[in-house]
Parts: sequence; C-alpha cells; structure tokens
Amino acid sequence: MGDAAALYWRLVGAQVRGAWQYRLSFAALTVGSTLATVLDLLAIVVIFEQAESLAGWTFDEVLLLYAATAVPFGIADLFVSPVEDTWEHVRLGVFDRYLIRPAGAFAQVCGDGFQLRRAGRIVQPLAALGLAVSRVDARWSGGRALFLVLTVAAGTAIYGAIWALTASGAFWATEAREVANSFTYGGGFLAQYPLDVVTGSLRRLTLIVPLAFVNYLPVTWLLGRPDALGLPAWAPFLAPAVAAALCAAAALAWRAGVRHYRGAGS
Amino acid sequence: MTGPAAIEVRDVTKEFVVRRRVGRVRRERVVVRAVDSLSLSVRPGEMVGYIGPNGAGKSTLIKILTGILLPTAGTVRVAGLDPQRHRVATARRVGVVFGQRSQLWWDLPLADSFDLLRSVYRVPAARHRANLDAFVDLLDLGPFLGTPVRQLSLGQRMRGEITAALLHDPAVVYLDEPTIGLDVVSKARVREFLARVNTERGVTVVLTTHDLDDVERLCSRLVVVDRGRLVYDGTVEDVKARYAPDRTLVVDLEPGAPPPPGAVRSDGPRHWIPFRRDETTAAAIVATLAGLRDLTVEEPGIEEVVRRMYRDEARR
Repeated sequence: MGDAAALYWRLVGAQVRGAWQYRLSFAALTVGSTLATVLDLLAIVVIFEQAESLAGWTFDEVLLLYAATAVPFGIADLFVSPVEDTWEHVRLGVFDRYLIRPAGAFAQVCGDGFQLRRAGRIVQPLAALGLAVSRVDARWSGGRALFLVLTVAAGTAIYGAIWALTASGAFWATEAREVANSFTYGGGFLAQYPLDVVTGSLRRLTLIVPLAFVNYLPVTWLLGRPDALGLPAWAPFLAPAVAAALCAAAALAWRAGVRHYRGAGS
Repeated sequence: MTGPAAIEVRDVTKEFVVRRRVGRVRRERVVVRAVDSLSLSVRPGEMVGYIGPNGAGKSTLIKILTGILLPTAGTVRVAGLDPQRHRVATARRVGVVFGQRSQLWWDLPLADSFDLLRSVYRVPAARHRANLDAFVDLLDLGPFLGTPVRQLSLGQRMRGEITAALLHDPAVVYLDEPTIGLDVVSKARVREFLARVNTERGVTVVLTTHDLDDVERLCSRLVVVDRGRLVYDGTVEDVKARYAPDRTLVVDLEPGAPPPPGAVRSDGPRHWIPFRRDETTAAAIVATLAGLRDLTVEEPGIEEVVRRMYRDEARR
C-alpha cells in the first residue's frame, strides 16, 4: 500500500513536470476548467433569481449542498479519475506496460494520467464551501466542523470508488465507456441539487449509487432539515462506512478486471 | 551447465475466445489456440533467437512468461518464479522491450524515465547509478539524456528502451524486435551491446526478430514457432544448412555485358544468379565474372525459412 502510494506520487510529479513544459497551454486549460465549474454555480444562481427557495431550501443551503458534492467530486476527479484512461489503454492494447512492471496497475494508471489542470475544478467549489459555511445557520462547533471534514473525505472516497468501479468495466466491455460516464459525471451533476426536487426511481438511484451519502444526508443533518428519503436519524453518520464498503467493492472489481484481462488477453 | 533453468515452459497452451458475428445479431464463440502445448527450457545466460511468422503465437508466449497473460493449461517458471501467481515478483527479475510499444514516458526527458523506473523497480540508488553510468557509456546515451522521448530518433529511443529494460539487473530479458527500423550503424551498436550484456552480466536473453542477421550474429540457439507449436529448436547453423541453403548473388556488371552463365533474371546491368551454399560459394561465382561493379548476396528471409519448415512439418 505504502509502496503504491509512493510510486503514485512519483508518477504524479513526473506528469506535473511534463505539463510544465507547455506552460501556456497548461495555464489556459487550468483557467478553462475553473471557468467550467463556475457555470454549475451560475445555474444555481439563475434558479434563485426566479424563486425564493428550492423545495424549501434557501440559496445558502443549496450552496452548501452544492459545495459538499463539488469539492469531493473535484478532488476525486483530480486524483482518481485518470483511472478512466484504462478504457483507452485496454482498447489500444497498451495496458500491458503496467503489468510488465513490478507494481500495482491501479496506482500506475492513476499516476500516469494525472493532470494538474484539473485542480482548477476545485478552486471555485472550495470558495463556495467557505462562503456557504459562513452564511448558513448550522450551529457550528468543533464537532460539527469535523463532521463536515469527514463528509468531504467520505464523499471523495465514494466518488473515487465509483470511478474505479466503472473503469473496471473496461476489462470486460471496451465499448461501454459512455455508460460508465453517466454514473461518474452524471452522478456528480445530480448530487448538486436537493433530493427533494427529484422523485421516484431517480431518488432511489441515489441510494444505490450512494450519492445521497456524499452530501444530501450529511447536509440535511447539519442544517437540521427533514430528510426527504425518510431514512433513520443515524443514516447521515453512515457516510464513512458506505465509502469504505464502496472502496472495498471497487478494489475487488479492479482485481477481478485485471484477472479477466490476463485470462482473456487483448 | 547445471542448476535450475532460467525459463521453463511445460506443455503450455493458451486459448482465446473470439466472438465472431454470424448473421445480423447472432455471435459465434470461436476458440483460437494461440499456443499449443509448447515446452521449452532455456539455461541461465543463454541467448536464444525466438522467431516465427506473424500470428505464430510468439508474443502470446512472451506475455505468458511476463505474467501479463495466464496460460489456459501448463506451467511456467521464470528465474525460479511462477509469473501466473507472482506477477510482481517475476516482473522484478525480468526486463522487456516491445520494439513497437514504448516503455518510456513520452513527454519527459529520457533521464526522467530512468529515474521513474528506479522507483518502479525499487533499485538501490548506488546500483542504479552504476548501471546507468555503464549503459550511458556503452550505448552513448549522453547527448540525448535530457531530450524528451517523443523527440528522439528511433535509434536513440530503442537504445533508451533497452537501457530501461536492463537497469534493474533482470535475470531474463525479452527483446521483441529491438533492431526493427534501425539503420546499419544503430543496429550494429545495439547488437554489440546485447552481446556484451549477455556475456558480461550473464543475462538470459530471448530475442524475437524478423531479422535473421540478428539471430546469426547474436544467438547460438534458435527456436522457431508456428501456429502455436515448436517447429524447430537447435543451432542456427543447422537451420541454415537444412532450410536455407540457397542464395542469390545479385551483380551489377559493366553496361552492355552479356548475362553471365546461370543468371535467371537480368535487368539492364543487374543480374540474378541463384546458387546453393553447400555446392559453391559466392566468391567462386564472382571469380568467373568479368567487369563486376557491385554485388550483394540475398538469402531467404526468416518468413521463407519458417514457411519451408512448416511445409516440411505438414508433410511428415
């Protein structure tokens, strides 16, 4: 585990140095990805131009909800989403290079695909988080602040695990990448809004793909709001356990995928 | 030589399932046998030429030996390890060059790739330094160590690839087409280097190539596969005597000179004269020619040799 992490950071460092050779394009892309996330925020602002509240949520509350998913999504996007390159590696037959080396393929793929410009996507959500925390009435205390930090950490793990799980599909069905994207990027988008506005099967979907644990349940608890899913009062505290379970499932899926790849060949 | 083999392949079979479309929707499962109960043993320090036509199952066996692929049946041992079960441990003892696919980091200077590989293989710093210095010297890498890999010429990149495969002191190296596309000078340099690494460091080398010259100059032993099966395992000399005794002498004579005796084809001043190596020599034929300006000797390519071998196999 420690070895894999050390190797991952060495590879990340190498990618950053590589990107630094094209400073101008790096700067432009970073600004671009920062601006792209501003559009997400703008969509929320536009909604509140038309209405005082959204399913009973004030602007500041929705802002907290938004930031509580956008920050972990951004962090997972920066560090784990390069695992998506697996689709490309398998399709082009270059995944072998990771198996030739005496190290885990997962850390190698994530490290090799690291792009620092994705850090731009965390800037605006972090600012939104700061703003929301200062404006909502959540009876802030040390314990509740720690709860928020754990929420972000668990959310990051959940998004990272979803990326790893869906990327494992690359070993079985090389053409199914778009389906995988609907879970990762689509899920990230869905979680930006209070679940009170979605109904029926879409709402249940947020439990199966456990997006509700990323931000909705923890934020409703912080704000003392009723939970539209009608779950027990302790449900918001399950987020770290859900994250751990999902990470374990992702690790199993990845291993099974690599095993399948080695068995089937390319 | 005694002691355990560097590579031990016993009754290895590898089958792939390919889905083929039949009709509009229906798909048919077709089992393709890429390696067919193949056995092979390579002693430590041996340098083996490993050849066969495209699609013969060469790369599949190499992939099984590195642990990338799992065999359908049979057992494999490399440097005393089982690559099926201990891929990572085996990878530490093995080096690979896939000529067509780079192991290097495209956007980084060559030196950075070597540095990263030190982390990947966890080579002690002093050992890495000593090996790198030796290889930089032998392959003359100095002038382009700071150049991003994507800007290297093919010859430079290949020298980089070979260094990358050897930096961690592997016991066994698989080289897949290490001289493909190289000019004569680079080719000679790579061959000389491989010969030295093999004799001085005792590295076991399996060399896959389409260039019979590579095999002739470097390997005493030749292994030929076709359709997943071993069709020849013996010395290079034997195979040439048996399957490739014919040569063609191509000569350029003074313009207007009549075609020399024995020429089967003439094109202006150029004439093609076939002969058998066990009957005469190119020198003997050349001695009979007047007004010779230039000459080359063509020998059957590896594809042709293997084709003849396979034809013989089928007749048996």
